[in-house]
Amino acid sequence: MTEPTSLLATERLTAMYGKFTAVKDVSLQFAPNTVNALIGPSGCGKSTYLRTLNRMHELSPGGWITGRVLLDGEDIYGPRVSPMQLRRKVGMVFQKPTPFPTMSIHDNVAAGLRVNGKLHRGELAEVVEQSLRRAALWDEVKDRLKTSAVALSGGQQQRLCIARTIAPRPEVILMDEPTASLDPGGTQHIEELVFELKKEFTIVIVTHNMQQAARVSDTTTFFYMGNMVETGPTRQIFTTPKEERTEAYITGRFG
Amino acid sequence: MNRRVLRRWVSNFMVGLMVVAVIIAVLPLLFILLNLVIKGAGSLSLGFFTRVPVPAGETGGGVANAIVGTLLIVGAASLIGVPLGVAAGIYCAEYPGSRLATVTRFVADVMNGTPSIVVGVFAWTLIVARQKHFSGLAGSCALAMLMIPMVMRTTEELIKLVPNSLREAALALGYARWRTSLGIVLRTALPGIVTGSLLSVARVAGETAPLLLTALGSQYFSLNLNQPMAALPLTVFQYAIGPYEEWHRFAWAAALVLILVVLTLSVLARLATRRRFTFND
Amino acid sequence: MATTSLPESAQAAPVTLHGSRAGDRLFKIVLTLAAIAIPLLMGFLVSELYTGAHLAISRYGVRFVAGSTWDPVAEEFGAFPLVIGTLLSSFIALLIAVPLSLGVAIYITEFSPKFIRQPIAFVIELLAAIPSVVYGLWGIFVLIPILRKAVFPFLRSVLGFLPLFQGPIYGPSMLSASIILAIMVMPFIMSVAREVLLAVPGSQREAALALGATRWEAVMSAILPYARSGIIGAIILGLGRALGETMAVTMLIGNRNEISASLFAPGYTMAAVIANEFSEAATDMHFSALAYVAFLLFLVTVLVNAAARLLIWRVSRGPTGGKGR
Repeated sequence: MTEPTSLLATERLTAMYGKFTAVKDVSLQFAPNTVNALIGPSGCGKSTYLRTLNRMHELSPGGWITGRVLLDGEDIYGPRVSPMQLRRKVGMVFQKPTPFPTMSIHDNVAAGLRVNGKLHRGELAEVVEQSLRRAALWDEVKDRLKTSAVALSGGQQQRLCIARTIAPRPEVILMDEPTASLDPGGTQHIEELVFELKKEFTIVIVTHNMQQAARVSDTTTFFYMGNMVETGPTRQIFTTPKEERTEAYITGRFG
Repeated sequence: MNRRVLRRWVSNFMVGLMVVAVIIAVLPLLFILLNLVIKGAGSLSLGFFTRVPVPAGETGGGVANAIVGTLLIVGAASLIGVPLGVAAGIYCAEYPGSRLATVTRFVADVMNGTPSIVVGVFAWTLIVARQKHFSGLAGSCALAMLMIPMVMRTTEELIKLVPNSLREAALALGYARWRTSLGIVLRTALPGIVTGSLLSVARVAGETAPLLLTALGSQYFSLNLNQPMAALPLTVFQYAIGPYEEWHRFAWAAALVLILVVLTLSVLARLATRRRFTFND
Repeated sequence: MATTSLPESAQAAPVTLHGSRAGDRLFKIVLTLAAIAIPLLMGFLVSELYTGAHLAISRYGVRFVAGSTWDPVAEEFGAFPLVIGTLLSSFIALLIAVPLSLGVAIYITEFSPKFIRQPIAFVIELLAAIPSVVYGLWGIFVLIPILRKAVFPFLRSVLGFLPLFQGPIYGPSMLSASIILAIMVMPFIMSVAREVLLAVPGSQREAALALGATRWEAVMSAILPYARSGIIGAIILGLGRALGETMAVTMLIGNRNEISASLFAPGYTMAAVIANEFSEAATDMHFSALAYVAFLLFLVTVLVNAAARLLIWRVSRGPTGGKGR
């Protein structure tokens, strides 16, 4: 058993929907406390790849994989692994903000905690506050924690979802185009947040906004038609890509 | 030129006919409600609600036993029918492609179109014949069977309306599947499901035919569902076809009470969600 | 942003990646049981009906539908008048209800001012919510006297050359029952027809109007053909309702097991005979005959409803202007 050099890694991961192969033979490693961007044109498999990292892919009709995904050295697809427990260590933020409509702001943030274990009210309130602070939302909602979460703006809702995701202190946060449905102001908020969050978490972010990838990430991986074409430090990918396809995509020749 | 004028005339004439149709269609409702109030309100007194029927031919008495009977029978029917319908609806929404879901949906449609008298015969052979006595509980079972398809359909439709993104968000947090379905999805759809259940209760509260064969009706006040039991719709029927004037007056009053309950429930339920529902569909 | 540390117990406990899924299994089992219960219940219904009817089926077979005598005392049972009564009352009800219902449906979807539509739709829903027995009550004490004193004599004087409108007028009769049935069935046909009409794309109407059609012609030529299957489906749905209606019918039809040429004469239906005689039947054969009637009624309504659903379903899939594409 080799010592894990990375927090999260995939080995020869292939992801399929029934007979259709969406992601082919991808081996990547994500180091702790880094932001890793996955870029590529629509349909290249980057979102599918992301969803194999927290075992959401298998919830899609016909979804299955071959290969391994290792978290702290352990294969998360091992026979005795509970996907639910896994997802508490690998959280996910989606493109469309999805606050739970029947719950207040406070309860939304606490939603992932109540599944986790027993905390009594005082501790719960403290965790909720800290998560909201970390998500840069606390000042805006601290006076209305008990009100409905759907009354917030789009950008606020997304930050709420981030607070909800980080409250159980996962190790990894996956983000699937988190700013795609936000206005520029909201987008900026989230990008600043990502920068702060990497101090405590490891982040893998899918984006089809290349400037965003260049702004926030430490490493970038370029996907094309299900294959992992190139991966490396962000600066290198954007200034001196090794592969011709990467360069074509980055310079906007297709997309 | 003339031809165009003629066609215009025809068009306006048809519209006029249609307006007549609307008036004819609306008229019975006004008529019925008016008659109910005029002929029934007079007999509504405190005694009407609190006393039990007196022997035939005498005056006075009331329909307390029927009111209580309806509450009990419909209440028991709801306890059986609503959970079963909701659970089956959740199944069809959670596993929509499965063979069981397809079969169940189809069978529920058939159930919905089955005449209530036939359901009454079924309850009779299943329960009354085997127990060798009539009972309010057999009536509840018949009514429950009428409720189930309605509740099931409503539940399934409403759960399908809950966006899948909500479900994914809960699963991504580490929620178990059952907890997602109940705590998040069902909870979001709950107001509509409650409304749908209320509507089915309203529909079933007015049913008479199945009760004729199961609960049978009774002169006496009873809280025992395992015996024949009175019910408002039964009272309306039995008094309406009876020979006494007093009975006819009570029939109107009982019908007024019944209508008030049924219509209030229906209207409240639909106001609450402001959605379009289709009948039998 | 302040970075305070979380209380001990709140930090993610070393959550191992192993666990069980008992909750999910239980959940699925409970739901599956509930879902299975429904076909099971239906299967029970069919089998119980058949078993109950078995005695009569083995004695009469299919001849049951042809026999005209229904005599519990002599234990002779024939369902022909019942079947005729059911079909006739439903048919006449549809004859009255369909033009009215379609007229209302077309009016409120195409012609009426916008502010009227909601109130009328509301009225339709109220009409559908009134219990059958209340219709029956109103029918006995309000409708029948009007019919007996004014409408029927008028019909007899004007149309008396037809055998349909001859003969003594009692009040409770096939025609009275058909009328109340029409009133009860109208809300359903109206409601479904309205849905079907609303589903017709506006482009159809606009195209016809742009070609110079009057509004009525636009409806006749562009909208109705498009919606034809669905409307027929709505009508058949109404038929299904009418066939199974029990209370109002039995309160107004006179409950006499005869076939008569006159609509003013009493009659009987399958649903009515079950409601009237079931709780007092004394012999096994009587029960069995009634169960046989129930079984037949069930079969007929299932078939009719299936046909209706097929037609309505076809409309929702696209334009069906007629047979084939």
